Amino acid sequence: MTWSAAARGAHQPDNTAFTQQRLPAWQPLLSASIALPLFFCAGLAFIGLGLGLFYSSNGIKELEYDYTGTAGTGGCSACALADRGRAPPPPCSCAWHFSLAELFPGPVYLYYELTNFYQNNRRYSVSRDDAQLSGLPSALRHPANECAPYQRRASGLPIAPCGAIANSLFNDSFSLWHRRRAGGPYVEVPLDRTGIAWWTDCHVKFRNPPLVNGSLALAFHGTAPPPNWPRPVYALSPDPNNTGFVNQDFVVWMRTAALPTFRKLYARIRQGNYSAGLPRGSYVVNITYNYPVRAFGGRKLVVLSNISWMGGKNPFLGIAYLAVGSLCILVGFVMLVVYIRYQDQNDEDEDEE
Amino acid sequence: MQREPAAAEEPGCPGGRRRRRRRRRRPGDGRTRVVRSNLLPPPGVEDPAAGAAKGARRRRRGGAQRLADNRLKTTKYTLLSFLPKNLFEQFHRLANVYFVFIALLNFVPAVNAFQPGLALAPVLFILAVTAFKDLWEDYSRHRSDHEINHLGCLVFSREEKQYVNRFWKEIRVGDFVRLRCNEIIPADILLLSSSDPDGLCHIETANLDGETNLKRRQVVRGFSELVSEFNPLMFTSVIECEKPNNDLTRFRGCIIHDNGKKAGLYKENLLLRGCTIRNTEAVVGIVIYAGHETKALLNNSGPRYKRSQLERQMNCDVLWCVLLLICMSLFSAVGHGLWVQRYQEKKSLFDVPESDGSSLSPVTAAVYSFLTMIIILQVLIPISLYVSIEIVKVCQVYFINQDIELYDEETDSQLQCRALNITEDLGQIQYIFSDKTGTLTENKMVFRRCTVSGIEYSHDANAQRLARYQEADSEEEEAVSKGGSLPQRGSIGSHQSVRIMHRSQSTKSHRRTGSRAEAKWASMLSKHTAFSSPMEKDITPDPKLFEKVSECDRCLAIARHQEHPLAHLSPELSDVFDFFIALTICNTVVVTSPDQPRQKVRVRFEVKSPVKTIEDFLRRFSPSRLTSGCSSIGSLATNKATHKSGSNFLSTLSNDRTLLKLEEKLSQPTKAIASNGYSSGAASWAPEHTAQEQELEKEKEQEWELRYEAESPDEAALVYAARAYNCALVDRLHDQVSVELPHLGRLTFELLHILGFDSIRKRMSVVIRHPLTDEINVYTKGADSVVMDLLLPCSSDDARGRHQKKIRSKTQNYLNLYAVEGLRTLCIAKRVLSKEEYACWLQSHLEAESSLDNREELLFQSAIRLETNLHLLGATGIEDRLQDGVPETIAKLRQAGLQIWVLTGDKQETAINIAYACKLLDHDEEVITLNAESQEACAALLDQCLHYVKSKSPCSTPQKTEGNVSVGFSPLCPPSTSTTSGPSPSLVIDGRSLAYALDKNLEDKFLFLAKQCRSVLCCRSTPLQKSMVVKLVRSKLKAMTLAIGDGANDVSMIQVADVGVGISGQEGMQAVMASDFAVPRFRYLERLLIVHGHWCYSRLANMVLYFFYKNTMFVGLLFWFQFYCGFSASAMIDQWYLIFFNLLFSSLPQLVTGVLDKDVPADVLLTAPQLYKSGQNMEEYRPRTFWLNMADAAFQSLVCFFIPYLAYYDSDTDVFTWGTPITAIALFTFLLHLGIETKTWTWLNWIACGFSILLFFTVALIYNASCATCYPPSNPYWTMQTLLGDPVFYLTCLIAPVAALLPRLFFKAVQGNLFPTQLQLGRQLAKRSPKKLIAPKETFAQGHLLGEPRTESSEQRSIKTSGPLSQDCTSQASWHVQQPACSPEASGEPNVVDMNMPLREDILLEELSGQAPGSVPREAILEGCSGASKMKPTSTSRTAPLSSIFNLPNFSSLNWISSFSLVSGLGSILQFSRNSLQMDKQDSEFLPSPPQPDQDLCGLSGQTTDYF
Repeated sequence: MTWSAAARGAHQPDNTAFTQQRLPAWQPLLSASIALPLFFCAGLAFIGLGLGLFYSSNGIKELEYDYTGTAGTGGCSACALADRGRAPPPPCSCAWHFSLAELFPGPVYLYYELTNFYQNNRRYSVSRDDAQLSGLPSALRHPANECAPYQRRASGLPIAPCGAIANSLFNDSFSLWHRRRAGGPYVEVPLDRTGIAWWTDCHVKFRNPPLVNGSLALAFHGTAPPPNWPRPVYALSPDPNNTGFVNQDFVVWMRTAALPTFRKLYARIRQGNYSAGLPRGSYVVNITYNYPVRAFGGRKLVVLSNISWMGGKNPFLGIAYLAVGSLCILVGFVMLVVYIRYQDQNDEDEDEE
Repeated sequence: MQREPAAAEEPGCPGGRRRRRRRRRRPGDGRTRVVRSNLLPPPGVEDPAAGAAKGARRRRRGGAQRLADNRLKTTKYTLLSFLPKNLFEQFHRLANVYFVFIALLNFVPAVNAFQPGLALAPVLFILAVTAFKDLWEDYSRHRSDHEINHLGCLVFSREEKQYVNRFWKEIRVGDFVRLRCNEIIPADILLLSSSDPDGLCHIETANLDGETNLKRRQVVRGFSELVSEFNPLMFTSVIECEKPNNDLTRFRGCIIHDNGKKAGLYKENLLLRGCTIRNTEAVVGIVIYAGHETKALLNNSGPRYKRSQLERQMNCDVLWCVLLLICMSLFSAVGHGLWVQRYQEKKSLFDVPESDGSSLSPVTAAVYSFLTMIIILQVLIPISLYVSIEIVKVCQVYFINQDIELYDEETDSQLQCRALNITEDLGQIQYIFSDKTGTLTENKMVFRRCTVSGIEYSHDANAQRLARYQEADSEEEEAVSKGGSLPQRGSIGSHQSVRIMHRSQSTKSHRRTGSRAEAKWASMLSKHTAFSSPMEKDITPDPKLFEKVSECDRCLAIARHQEHPLAHLSPELSDVFDFFIALTICNTVVVTSPDQPRQKVRVRFEVKSPVKTIEDFLRRFSPSRLTSGCSSIGSLATNKATHKSGSNFLSTLSNDRTLLKLEEKLSQPTKAIASNGYSSGAASWAPEHTAQEQELEKEKEQEWELRYEAESPDEAALVYAARAYNCALVDRLHDQVSVELPHLGRLTFELLHILGFDSIRKRMSVVIRHPLTDEINVYTKGADSVVMDLLLPCSSDDARGRHQKKIRSKTQNYLNLYAVEGLRTLCIAKRVLSKEEYACWLQSHLEAESSLDNREELLFQSAIRLETNLHLLGATGIEDRLQDGVPETIAKLRQAGLQIWVLTGDKQETAINIAYACKLLDHDEEVITLNAESQEACAALLDQCLHYVKSKSPCSTPQKTEGNVSVGFSPLCPPSTSTTSGPSPSLVIDGRSLAYALDKNLEDKFLFLAKQCRSVLCCRSTPLQKSMVVKLVRSKLKAMTLAIGDGANDVSMIQVADVGVGISGQEGMQAVMASDFAVPRFRYLERLLIVHGHWCYSRLANMVLYFFYKNTMFVGLLFWFQFYCGFSASAMIDQWYLIFFNLLFSSLPQLVTGVLDKDVPADVLLTAPQLYKSGQNMEEYRPRTFWLNMADAAFQSLVCFFIPYLAYYDSDTDVFTWGTPITAIALFTFLLHLGIETKTWTWLNWIACGFSILLFFTVALIYNASCATCYPPSNPYWTMQTLLGDPVFYLTCLIAPVAALLPRLFFKAVQGNLFPTQLQLGRQLAKRSPKKLIAPKETFAQGHLLGEPRTESSEQRSIKTSGPLSQDCTSQASWHVQQPACSPEASGEPNVVDMNMPLREDILLEELSGQAPGSVPREAILEGCSGASKMKPTSTSRTAPLSSIFNLPNFSSLNWISSFSLVSGLGSILQFSRNSLQMDKQDSEFLPSPPQPDQDLCGLSGQTTDYF
């Protein structure tokens, strides 16, 4: 009998702005008088911003060298040939020589770049165990199922760090040498291998398991390194603060790249004489060539770059701003023309009427 | 089947045997139920004491197990069953199953994309919200159930041998219940005893059907004769009745007494649950149906769920989305398969073998990828779409309900939305099917005029009185605002104050100053009495007829003790007398006072009820009874009502009117002519009213007692009319009717039979014994078409026969005239039966009554036998006035492109005239009338009409369709209307032809013809035909239909239409209960459709489109990414964002916009109703817009994907640090897009957008800081925090949305300025010149649409303003009265006016010449008239040409002729003067060429184009 209540109990509705849908409202209309200034102003602003971005991006210096070693390109082709087919490939080293005519302003970053490497591939990118990497002892012994088939060795030992990402850790290494003048000795440029990963990664997300008897090696006792690794995880670096799960190369690698072409920071150059940048002179980058990419058509590059306030070199944003800005202005002009013509026509029509 | 019959039986051995027997004759079994008293010991148990306990136990068991007890349980769930049952119900929705399926997919490791628990979250959220809503609803139902279940009532207890208080829920079938006055009936109860000496009981069924009149119920035959009080313990009979059903109007069964005698049970014996006992001290009955088997509950079907057209279209598009989703997934799967194949062989480092180390086959990889893609792209099928739409609709319903302009003060009711999910259908209606009576008209029947024995009584004063009600409406406001004029009314001020005081004391209503406000007030007070607004009650009698009635009365009073009193009257007077007796008693009106039970002390005949047996008949009609019958008439003074003398009684009846006369006399004696001189007559028989207060006192009492409760408004109108002639119905009992006459006093008619009204016979009759002549008379009242055929064939030989024939033909003429005027006609006839005839008929009738099988059929036959050879007394014309604003509403709806069909059961003439009155038909358009006698004739006619229509306007068809389809770059002027190609005809078809036309072979032709016509009128159509027409249009034309009606006969039509609208009017709630929307009056339809319908449609359409856009765009981002991740179905957008983006971050702004956005303000919509066409043509949401929208979404996703892609190309960014800006960009793009689409920005929109952004960032920041390892596989720890420090993030967030929206913005700007749609024009109009709008609006609305009301009001104003000048208020008032007679245009109904005007003048002048001592000479009146008509051109010079289109040029020749024929009785000079007067008018005002309404429309649009 609900309806009887509804039929009877009706009363006068509230006469408020809300219930009567009379709320004060701004009613924007895209009329020509609003749209034209809007387009022009936006266009100009974007162009201005675009110019700024473009120049600041152009100010960034970048040197890159493809050391994959396709046939006939420099010293790494021999290593590349050796790479074919065998895993792990035999150790091989090659070098990249370049010279700077003027100061390469700092801070200078050394990146390595891989192409055609699908780190974002689903099955690859989920193949990790964050709990293990955060140093949880139980997870250390019992890696997550996601890590399969790099979860346990055939012997049954749990793999630490487990998963495909860890297994495929980039293992080329670089060293930079500087010669001030021709014929002089090459001085090794100190590469700062720390501070290349996010602070939160090395201090929160990635933690070593609690030490056993003060030894990291003992903490990892009972685990096996990933199949591709020549040495266990606690021996990644001699520096005790930079080894194990918190090894920064490892941490950087574990942050899976967004796109198949990606860079990863290898080192920062900021110490000693090189804090202001790389002074002029000739340089050589010695590369330990381990990582096999030619099989799947990938390439490896080493990149030296400095950064500006907006990050690394990328002219795109500036161009995009410029393009959108000009488009706005163009649209504005088109509208203006059409509007004027229509207005005339309209006036004529009215005259006819 | 099985449990029913055995239900009330005690499960003893005999019962078992019986059950077996019953099983054998099962078919007959299933239709009946057997009820026995619960107080009886079960059969077979001898010892009552032992039986008591046993019986109680058994009863409990029996009651609980077999029969529904009286517990009301409308809840769907119990505490335990809630979860499974609710889930089960929710999974009936396919979408829910789909989403759960997707969520469950996440539990399969190979394909999972999200954390399984997380993936379930949105589904669970949606399910939980719905479940919570259901729970809440169920809980409130439970509470109201509980309340109802715990109402108390008196039930006879076997143990205590008396009535004890029990809860409703404890009542069981077979219990005896005692109810007192004003109690609500707890179950369906068979009435066994009543405190009323006649065994009657009155109930009010307002709860059930909304009818507020009292209905009479009767104690079961056999029990009413009991001398002592009814003792339930002695009740041993068995009741056999129908199984529970929902037919409120039917109940049949029989009661079998111990001695084997049977008695029938009928509807009149049953008290229905939910009704209220009135006027009866106490009743006792046995419960027949309880709880959910009661008719009330079986009738309660709850709210309805329909699927709107938009939703259907949306579902279709959802399917497209599914297809798109599958395509994307397939594409991706194939791509992944190829990718795997390519890289697997090469032992790439990023390739992950199967967990057992074997390499994954590309096919398996593709399959996995396909499933994962479906999970990731599930957003494409928006999970929140359905929920959002429901929320938006609920809000829309709320706003419609809340609209104060849809609130009717008079009835204190607002619009109700009963269907919650078809609001947007209101914006797409193409065809309106309307009922006439009660929908277009008020269904307030007002007695207008009558004809008795061939003489017409035109009741001019009555017509003026009615006109005054109309005026009063507009007067009211002015009077309030114009305080300065009040002192000038000082002369009657004192009276008024007295009257007002008096009114506040009683429910007495008001006569003369009866403005609407007062009517409102009165109707609120006298809520219990239906059909008794002052307008209906206070009939001003026609003086001539009044004179005749009083003469009859006087003659009869003198001759009453003679042998044949009626013989002393002339045939005419005797007809008059019989006519009024028939009006008074030939009905089922109950005289009551609503709040007190009747205190009846009355003279009782020996036999109480109508004649039941032949012995009874013989006894009652033996000569000795005659005298006692006569003497009884004289001795009726014991009644409370009659403690006054007859004359006193009468004076009180009329004193209100005489009071008015007094007022007028006091103020200006010469104006007495206005009151038609009958005041003198009144004074002659009511001379002693000197002390007014005393009279008021009496009047009050009188009013209190005389309240008529009628089943139909017509009946009430006739009874009130008779009362105005001092022939007042004062008492109606079961077997007698008392009529009070001034001289004769109270006449008590012995009521022998009532043959009720039915729609097949179309008449009702009463059989009475006349107290004066002691003859047996049959009074019949019915539709003229049937009654005229039943008349006694009169021979043309003798003078008497010829005279009769003449009378008949005259009456028929007047009947036609009434019909032309749009009045409802009824014929009154009489038959005198000799005792032999009666005895003969009685025998067969009694047989019919007692027969059990086809009783109805037999009774019908019996009635037909009685109702023959009638003697025609006269006919009545009852006016059913148009509701306020109906013509305007129809005009607006027309402009809005709606086709309006009227489907009525009324007769053709009446329907056509109402159609003219409400501007559905125009005088300058052709009317095609289809009246076919046979199928073939109908086919031929249809062909002919089609041919005719085609030949007339060969181009109208394509033009019309074109007009419908084209979006129209042209300004506000409708692209092509029928007016440019000449008016299209209208079609009128009667019921019989309709039946032929609806035949399979002809329906196409009929539809085609109807489509060409501007309006279609179907007369004499049955409810079934109504629904068939609606169905036909709906299915064949694929049009959106709306049916509006107020009565039970409209229910089927309302249910069939896409949108059913019920008018909560006078005829009860049945239409409302079947409807989707209930409006108080027809005129609210305009705002409901044109404003709310448009808004709802546009809001919802835009929201749905936005939803599709949003989801496609979002999914697009993910899809493009697949090209860069080897189609491996990975996502750069974090799982949380993916899952909650739709649900949380981007849902609120669109909801706010969907609820509040107004594309065009209400006043513009109302001013330019053609904007409604956008909804009809589905301009906002059609396949093209959908695909354009999708294309735009694809483009935007491309931009929003590739700008961040290029911005972060070749950098050291990781997946989620890159994906988060994309998410943010998507959010900003969505909000900006919504911003472009939002037309009105209120603070709520701003807050919603701000909230969305804030929520996204807050959630992101918290989520990214909360746990470093908890959310595999994405685990975006500290990502957002890092991004906020990255300028590139801000830069991309700025550029990408702008670039994405640039095309849309450009398109909008260009299109809005260069090729604006009508809606945009309307918006611009409202925006640019809110002040200018008002001016065009007024001319627009009043000049074009409301041309006539405008003239009317200005006319009134001119009179009004002249008011203060005249010193005398009464004269002013009387001028008001006369005004319509002089300026017919004011009534707004041209052709009625054509007829009326001469008649009114006729009477007026006759009066003047007849008895005009000291009255204004004839010339003065004429001068006044012509003066007024001269004055008019000056006062209304601006609008006069407009009114002319609607008025005079349309004078059809037919009307001229008829008006001439009517006038023929007048003096030739008068005729001449009037004609010349009209000619003058025609010359002066109406000759200027009528401007086309559409020209002005174009003019307006021209104005609008000026603004750009």
